[in-house]
Amino acid sequence: MSGTELKGDLTDAAVLSAIRLGDENAMAALYDRYSAVVYSVALRVLGDTGAAEDVLQEVFMQLWRNPGLFDASRGSLGPWLSVIARHRAIDGLRKRRPETDIADVVVSIEPDMAGAAERARAMEKVRGTLGSMPSTQRQALEMAYFEGLSHSEISAKTGEPLGTIKTRIRAGLLALRKAFAS
Amino acid sequence: MSAHEQFAEDLALHALGALPADERVVLEKHLEECAACRRELEQLRGDMALMALATAGPVPPQRARQRLLEAISREPRRAAAPARHRWWTFVPWAAAAALAAGLVVLWLQKSDLQQRLADLQNQSAQQQAELQRAREVVSTLTATDAMRVTLVAAKTPPQPEGKAIYVRDRSSLIFLASNFQALPPQKTYELWLIPINGAPIPAGIFKPDVHGNASVINPPLPAGVEAKAFAITVEPESGSSAPTMPILLMGAGE
Repeated sequence: MSGTELKGDLTDAAVLSAIRLGDENAMAALYDRYSAVVYSVALRVLGDTGAAEDVLQEVFMQLWRNPGLFDASRGSLGPWLSVIARHRAIDGLRKRRPETDIADVVVSIEPDMAGAAERARAMEKVRGTLGSMPSTQRQALEMAYFEGLSHSEISAKTGEPLGTIKTRIRAGLLALRKAFAS
Repeated sequence: MSAHEQFAEDLALHALGALPADERVVLEKHLEECAACRRELEQLRGDMALMALATAGPVPPQRARQRLLEAISREPRRAAAPARHRWWTFVPWAAAAALAAGLVVLWLQKSDLQQRLADLQNQSAQQQAELQRAREVVSTLTATDAMRVTLVAAKTPPQPEGKAIYVRDRSSLIFLASNFQALPPQKTYELWLIPINGAPIPAGIFKPDVHGNASVINPPLPAGVEAKAFAITVEPESGSSAPTMPILLMGAGE
């Protein structure tokens, strides 16, 4: 796979341009870059390796079939793929048809995850931030993100008032934002 | 952050897709009018995307990579196989063979480059066309001579609403619908331009998304028709050339 390795240093934009021209090696390079993020999210949501592999396949095939779905002016590719993976996994979890139009997903986010080192640093930061949150706040955020539960479902599960759940979820997201703002 | 404080928590839930439908409708209505809250929602979606990194660790098995690459090669996006050129049949003398082979290699490289250039030119032309289209849309939305028409239901809640913006000189029409009910699969909504004189003109068919929203952007229209009103009917899936009664929504220009 020497073609793949050659593309290791290219930016996401350059790899995507090659994919638009039908370059299969570029697709392999992109897979090597982001498959772990996509797979991990799907696996965490679905709890089943086979189903997570299906989501992984579906997310990358969609990008292959239509690379124009990702609009580089509105965010970076890694986070975008992770959001699409989460949507698809939660749709699978709830046995429902895809609810989100993939082209509507906008992720305005700064950290560039194209390099392995940047990805590792960003992961460390997220884990650190989640780890320093009160456990009730982390739990509310995780239930909403990984289980796709609405705030009333979370409230029913935890016995906490609706308003408290809302406040916790927002505070949790803002804590993540703050960690990446500095 | 200048987003409205009363929507702050709902925006966070919406970013996660955790807002119940009734509250989502209220919030989306507000989002249509509030750029600050739209920006905050995008930002929250970015914050939400960071959550994915909390899970990173498991690596997909090698077979998943293989499966993807096989699926990709079964679905090449362009027919790239260059024609085989039986160049040797044209070279009777061994001495000329090497030279000819070299030329053929160069020629093949050239045609590959030409193919790539053509692809890039295609891409560029597409982008130009998209840009042009976007410019037209924006200039219609902001034109001082645009006719702005609001169409509302004669009665009943949940108030389906349509907004048509029409520039006669350019035959440019933008129509935005909200709160529309889903239709059976074999039916569609159809927008009509009702001219000062003559029969209603079909101005695009549309189906609302799960939130009841839809749009029609620059449908094909005859040039320079002066509109008296716009109307919406329910039609068979492929649309009709004349409206089927009753008219669901109608609005006349100011």
